[in-house]
Amino acid sequence: MDYAVRQGRSAIRPPLMKRLADASAPYLYSAPALILIVTVMLVPLVLGVSYAFRDVQLLNPFSGGFIGLDHFRALARDEAFFRSLRNTLWWTGASVFLQFTFGLILALLLDKPFRGRALAQALVFLPWAVPSFLAGLNWAWLFNPVVGPLPHWLHALGLMSQPANILSDPGLAMWGPIVANIWWGIPFFAITLLAALQAIPRDLYEAASIDGAGAFQRFLSITLPFLAPTIAITILLRTVWISNFADLIIVMTGGGPADRTQIVASYIFTQAFKRLDFGYASAIALVLLALLLAYSLLIVILRQWLLSKD
Amino acid sequence: MRTRPALLNVAHRLAILAYIAFALFPLFWLLKVAVTPNDLLYTEGVRLWPSRASLEHFDFVLRHSAFPVFFRNSLIVSGSTAVVVTILSSLSGYALSRFRFRGKYWLVTLMLLTQMFPLVMLVAPIFKILSPLGLTNSLTGLVIVYTAFNVPFATFLMQSFFDGIPKDLEEAAMIDGATQFVAFRQIILPLTLPGIAATLGFVFTAAWSELLFSLMLISGNEQATFPVGLLSFVSKFSVDFGQMMAAGVLALIPACLFFLLIQRYLVQGLTAGAVKG
Amino acid sequence: MASIDIANIQKSYGIHPVLHDVDLKIRDGEFVVLVGPSGCGKSTLLRMIAGLESVTAGEIRIAGKRVNELAPKDRDIAMVFQSYALYPHMSVARNMSYSLRLRKTAKDRITTIVAGAAAKLGLEPLMERRPRALSGGQRQRVAMGRAIVRQPKAFLFDEPLSNLDARLREQMRAEIKKLHRDLRATSIYVTHDQIEAMTLADRIVAMNGGVVQQVGSPLDLYDRPANLFVAGFIGSPGMNFFEGTCRAGERPMFHIAGDIAIPLDASPPLANDAKATLGIRPEHIVLAGHGPETLLATVDLVEPTGFGIILHLSLGRSGFKAFTNDRSFLTASGTIPVHFPAHSLHFFDSEGSRV
Repeated sequence: MDYAVRQGRSAIRPPLMKRLADASAPYLYSAPALILIVTVMLVPLVLGVSYAFRDVQLLNPFSGGFIGLDHFRALARDEAFFRSLRNTLWWTGASVFLQFTFGLILALLLDKPFRGRALAQALVFLPWAVPSFLAGLNWAWLFNPVVGPLPHWLHALGLMSQPANILSDPGLAMWGPIVANIWWGIPFFAITLLAALQAIPRDLYEAASIDGAGAFQRFLSITLPFLAPTIAITILLRTVWISNFADLIIVMTGGGPADRTQIVASYIFTQAFKRLDFGYASAIALVLLALLLAYSLLIVILRQWLLSKD
Repeated sequence: MRTRPALLNVAHRLAILAYIAFALFPLFWLLKVAVTPNDLLYTEGVRLWPSRASLEHFDFVLRHSAFPVFFRNSLIVSGSTAVVVTILSSLSGYALSRFRFRGKYWLVTLMLLTQMFPLVMLVAPIFKILSPLGLTNSLTGLVIVYTAFNVPFATFLMQSFFDGIPKDLEEAAMIDGATQFVAFRQIILPLTLPGIAATLGFVFTAAWSELLFSLMLISGNEQATFPVGLLSFVSKFSVDFGQMMAAGVLALIPACLFFLLIQRYLVQGLTAGAVKG
Repeated sequence: MASIDIANIQKSYGIHPVLHDVDLKIRDGEFVVLVGPSGCGKSTLLRMIAGLESVTAGEIRIAGKRVNELAPKDRDIAMVFQSYALYPHMSVARNMSYSLRLRKTAKDRITTIVAGAAAKLGLEPLMERRPRALSGGQRQRVAMGRAIVRQPKAFLFDEPLSNLDARLREQMRAEIKKLHRDLRATSIYVTHDQIEAMTLADRIVAMNGGVVQQVGSPLDLYDRPANLFVAGFIGSPGMNFFEGTCRAGERPMFHIAGDIAIPLDASPPLANDAKATLGIRPEHIVLAGHGPETLLATVDLVEPTGFGIILHLSLGRSGFKAFTNDRSFLTASGTIPVHFPAHSLHFFDSEGSRV
């Protein structure tokens, strides 16, 4: 206590101008980025929230009035919306699970040194660099029996009675974008997991072998525990990202046939882009935001709970 | 005793080959259809390579279609976005890496949040805001929007590059007689050049791929970027597969070039973005 | 060249104090070493003099001028970093000339000064190389060169030899000493290595826990350590300590654990029966004798160092070390006679201060 008092008395403050210049430097460095983020992302976000309670239609000059919860009442009766919610779960779950599984296997394969590893790595990671719209088109063409080989091969294997386009089959259509998404997303998981794998100290493996652990035991007792945090964080974050990722669906099916591939994100885009009903689109967006917030909160709580257990 | 490891090795190489085949097959098919002349496309069925290859589709796309314009527009948008984002994010990344200041926590939180929430939410309001400003159907409008979307991720990426440069160097420069800004310009920036190149590459690739906002904000052919042009071409002339795929191959070229540029930094880029594709 | 005055300097991060009231006057041309264990605040003090850390309270004067508010670049000091902090994208020559270029010194003058410094440090053949292509010792030299081209008011060294191996460290230590003899520049040198402190310093400032423990010449600190901390920190192997009580009487004795009494020549200025610590350096223990002053110590371990022998001994439950050059002790075992000469004994009171 004595110390603090003395310090306050004897402190001689530097001149105002210098203190001001020193204190403002970090703000000056980050101001341009911050201003841009606020004006182009935060302001529209707030505006978008307000649209949810207003009647905003681009083609109707008389729209714009406050209509309270009307959009949400309409939403509660909207079959297509509930279907898109279920589709989002299916789309996200299947994509994340398969991307992760194949990504992990690829990362384990690439962790082992072999000749030509650098080249193999570049080739298998290439799909990551393919623009998403092109990935979507590319797979749509592969599924198209006119130019694509896949229907013919599936037919030859006896999995299909005739070479047809699965993208126009309401029961199978969702598999199209999911397959494209897996192809496009494996590199993300493989790259992240490979980095984590290579960060595991090699002498741990050597110590375990000397202690008599076989390859599988080494995987269970060293590799998995070390990877676990990376796995958890990438899966959690990737889940959010993929549930919002509508590019492939919009390009490949446009949500069809009969809304069978419509996810919430693509439904929002369709409402805004095709129907130009900005109010309704924003109302759905608000619900999506609430769901994602709930999901994030769940993760935070889960993390707290796991931490408190230790 | 040596057969088991040998067998395992063979299985390992085969698995790698399977992955390579899966990764490259769609791109190979794109190229294959692009070089297949129209008369062979339907008659030869599922063949891995046409009996006669030609560049006629590329020739048509380059000389008689609007694709060169789309390509140019996309180059302008992606290039400008990459440059502007890199400048802004090297400033803000430097602030995050080197200063302790009040509000830093909030800045980081804000930037992380922008990476989490669905950007599709902003499609309608951004259209409404940009429209009266004359920034819809304009490349400038797209550059502004893309810049804002990419700045947070690029800031974290640049921060990680700055964090890799010892603070001692700046302090040595300041004792040698430099102000903090001179030290930033003469010592830190030159050392961050590889990081700057990587950031340029990441942002260019992201802007080159963006679909939803370009669809929403651009309507005419004049200002169309590649995805907009390609999709409208697909919906109008959905039978000219050769030409579409030739155009697709063109869209792939810059993406592949930048992929080579940023290959070494993939890990840093993906972890900086954490959620960025 | 200049004097440096440090008056009542305090530093705290938030409410967490790291330096308490440091007062120090460094004369023009003096070589002062700040020594202490890591976290004692020595580096913070140095960085405050350099202007890299702000001053919470107190005043720093260089050549009589208050510098608290001056930016590092305006203080006219040079610093050698532990990591050397060479600019990786500049050649050795450009590294050394950077400060002169920032000050817009004339080109031909820069060339002369840099060439002079390079000659002094034997760097001529390396001038066009990048730091990456240099060995640790060469980098260290370039860092020194970068400092001396400035002809600054003072040199600051922040553990400059810590990243070198033992042999190079010895060599560079001698070079720094020679350089200081030639330039007579005011220098402040931070280290945790007491040998560096002893060999280099005109004066040593021993620090612990953000508080200056003792300021004095190296031999002062060795011969008359002001407190237990300094006594234990300076010297290797370190000073032996025995806790116990002093009893006056016909023959004053120092009683330590296990009912063992060390006979003293005269009573130290300690109250009878007060708790105290007796210290003696290993090299001052005499391993021979007979008579009432002699004790019998058990040999626990013999460590030959080549130069001499370190004996781990014990008196009752108290272990201690003795150092000798006599090789006959290589085979010592069982018990041997030891004698603590009265003039080599140090006494510290229960607060740890020398009495």
